[in-house]
This record gives sequence, C-alpha cells and structure tokens, in this order.
Amino acid sequence: MPEPITVTVNGNSIAVPPGATVAVAIVLAGAACRKSVSGETRGPLCGMGICFECRASVNGQPHCRSCQIICQPGMEVRTE
Amino acid sequence: MSGLTYEVVVVGAGIVGAACAEECVRQGMRVAVIDRDVIGGGATAAGMGHIVVMDDSEAQFALTRYSQQLWQQLRPELPLDVEYEPCGTIWVAADEEEMAEVRRKQSYYGQRGVPTEALDPQTLERLEPNLRKGMAGGLLVPEDVVLYPPCAARFLIERAQAAGAKLHLASSISQIGKGLVRLADGTEFSAAAIVNAAGAWASALTPGLSVKKRKGHLAITDRYPGFVHHQLVELGYLKSAHSTSADSVAFNVQPRKTGQILVGSSRQYGAEHAEVDTGVLTRMLQRAQQYMPKLAELSTIRVWTGFRAATPDKLPLIGPWPGNPTLFLATGHEGLGITTSLATARLLVDQIAGRNPAIPVEPYLPSRVPAEHAYA
Repeated sequence: MPEPITVTVNGNSIAVPPGATVAVAIVLAGAACRKSVSGETRGPLCGMGICFECRASVNGQPHCRSCQIICQPGMEVRTE
Repeated sequence: MSGLTYEVVVVGAGIVGAACAEECVRQGMRVAVIDRDVIGGGATAAGMGHIVVMDDSEAQFALTRYSQQLWQQLRPELPLDVEYEPCGTIWVAADEEEMAEVRRKQSYYGQRGVPTEALDPQTLERLEPNLRKGMAGGLLVPEDVVLYPPCAARFLIERAQAAGAKLHLASSISQIGKGLVRLADGTEFSAAAIVNAAGAWASALTPGLSVKKRKGHLAITDRYPGFVHHQLVELGYLKSAHSTSADSVAFNVQPRKTGQILVGSSRQYGAEHAEVDTGVLTRMLQRAQQYMPKLAELSTIRVWTGFRAATPDKLPLIGPWPGNPTLFLATGHEGLGITTSLATARLLVDQIAGRNPAIPVEPYLPSRVPAEHAYA
C-alpha cells in the first residue's frame, strides 16, 4: 500500500490514498459539499465535473469542483 | 363564434403588461392578459432588474423617479422571492471628465429631491474594494434598487388574477384589430381597449409601429457574497450606450441576494438572433474586468441574451395608437422597463379611464413618433 496523504476538511485531518479526489476526502470526512440557495445540502452526483454539485472551497478558492481535483498533501478544504 | 368580452385586453405578460393589468383591475375593469409564452419570459427574464433614476432627459427622469417611488410604496407587499434589495447604484468615474459628470448629476438629482453622495477615491475604494485602484471617484444614489423581475411580474399578475383578471398563456396572437384580438387558434377577444405590451415584439402586432430590438448579453457568476455591494455602472456608459447605431459594451454589475453577481452590459441593433455573440460577450467581459480585475477569477455559470424594445428617442410609448382608436401602447421601454413598469401602468390607465396623471403624459404619447421612423 502506498503511503496515504493527509488533507484537512473543515480543519480536520483526513488521510486518503494517493490519487484520491477532494470529493473523496469530503465524503471520508462525513461532510456535505455545499448548500443550495434554499439551504439543502449537496454532494457529489456525477463524479465527472458536469453537475457542479460537489463544489467546495480548496486552498481558499471557492466553488471548486471537488471531484476534479486530486488531493495534495496539506490541502485545505472547506465545505458549506 | 362566441367571443370573450372584456373592458381591457392586455397583450404581453412581461413586467409592463403585468403592471398594466394590475392597475386596470384596481380601477375596477374586467381584464384579460394574453401572452404567447409565459409570465415575464421576454426582456423581463433576460434583463438585470434595476429600479434606477435616470436623467438622459427630463421626461426620462420624471418617469423613472415617479416609478421608483411607486416601487417604494409597493415594497411592503412584495414577496421575498422578488429579492427587493435597496443596494443603491454607484456611478463609477474613471477620470476627471467623468467626475465632472458626477458633479453635474449630483446637482441635477439634488435639485429634484433625489439624495446622492459624491464619493472621493478613498471612499469609493472602501465601499467597493474589488474595483480597480485609481478611480477618480463616483456618485452613490442610495435609493436605487435591484430586484428579480420575473417574480415581480408573477406577483403583479397574481394580484390582478386575485381581483378577477383572466390569464391566457401560450396563446399566440394572429391579429390585433379594432376592439378585437384574435388568437392563432381562432379564439377572439373583444375589448373596449387593447394594450399592446409585447415589448420588442410589439411592432409585429401593430403594423407601422417602430419599436426595434436592441440585443443585450448578460453573464452571472456563482455565489460570491460580499464581492460587490452596490449596483455599479461606469460613467463611460454615457459615451457608449447612447449611440443609437453602433454596437457597444459598458461595465455594469449587480449584487444579487443569492451572492451571485450579474455582469453586463451590451447593446446591439440589427442582431435578430438570440444566440450568444462571442465577440460581443468577450468585449463585455473584458470591459467588466477592466473595472473589476478580480472578476476574472470568479466562475461564471451562465450567459444569455435578450431583446430590449427600443424607440428612436429612448422614451417608452404609453398611450393611444393613432392608427386604431381602441389600441393603446405600453412598450418601447428599452433597458428601463422594470423601473418604469409601475409608472407606465398608472399613466396608461389614467388615459384609458380619464384620470388626472401625476406627471405630464405628453413626452410618452405614441403620437410623438412618426410611424416607421427612419433610424440614424
């Protein structure tokens, strides 16, 4: 097994296998990605960058499609 | 065939037609509203949704201010989804020439009772930190408002319906005659007064009427709450938007209640197709980024176009159409139909019902414009 890498999701350290997407880290953290305008929680749906439901803040950049970003060590992820 | 008989038939369920129908009902008239599509599906849905005072002419000022005050009175009754947000407008001055326009505009508005605040560069930067540094200043007009027009149109239509108005959607009109509106399916409506409020399509229903389509593009971003706090308009707009012939773009952004940012604007004559014109869109977004460089880092989620109903003298057509004694016009509002819808409805029903108008109607009478006016 390759060494896991560690990112933070809402300040909590989460270990993921190398190559895992940010969406995976968010799921492992037990978090939802974002909230709709009417306040519903939203998470990954299509997994291929089309539906935009998995957006989250990555390293301070809001509205990143978390299913399209590979986790890097020390990445800071924030959900709504 | 058996006819449907009303006192007033309003053609067009955009914000202007909706306001006219609602005002007719308040006057106690039996009203039907007909639209080929849905409520607020044309320029009402495509536009930005501002309630702004403008001063291209005395008549434009009088109509926009009167209507803004009517919106202020209506505000307590508006449902939340209308997203009425009194964020104010800041006219952004890029240079000293435009600061001279700030002073002129402030004096003009002040003499007519509209509060404003002239902003020095430091204050402007504090109020809108994402504007480019080094602006000359600006003029804050705090009573200007943004709202979400399709829901405002729906609210007005529902009020009219609650008071007895009949609504016919998805109903194509084949002809407006004397006291008669005929649908493509043969249904006939007879009415003492017919109101053509079909926006940029009004000319197709009233031969000889010269309302031109003026195409616009808009973009909307994802949600970035706090990125912009006021409606922002460049004063260079005065140099670009007033030409009646050339294509133009101008910096105009609005904060929406959702945190999204509406980015405009463009103006084109002779562009009849609704497709996004990537050349115009690129120019429009580049203009916006010149004023707000960080817009380039935001995610745009949708781009679309719409058609303003333009008249030769940039004033709407409100009142009887000389060619048909039963036909009234309420169209030609260009980019100000949301603002001026409520005043249009008052002035129109004043004329239908013989009431005294609150402001002179003469500047807006259709008889001022020669039929098939030749455009420069």
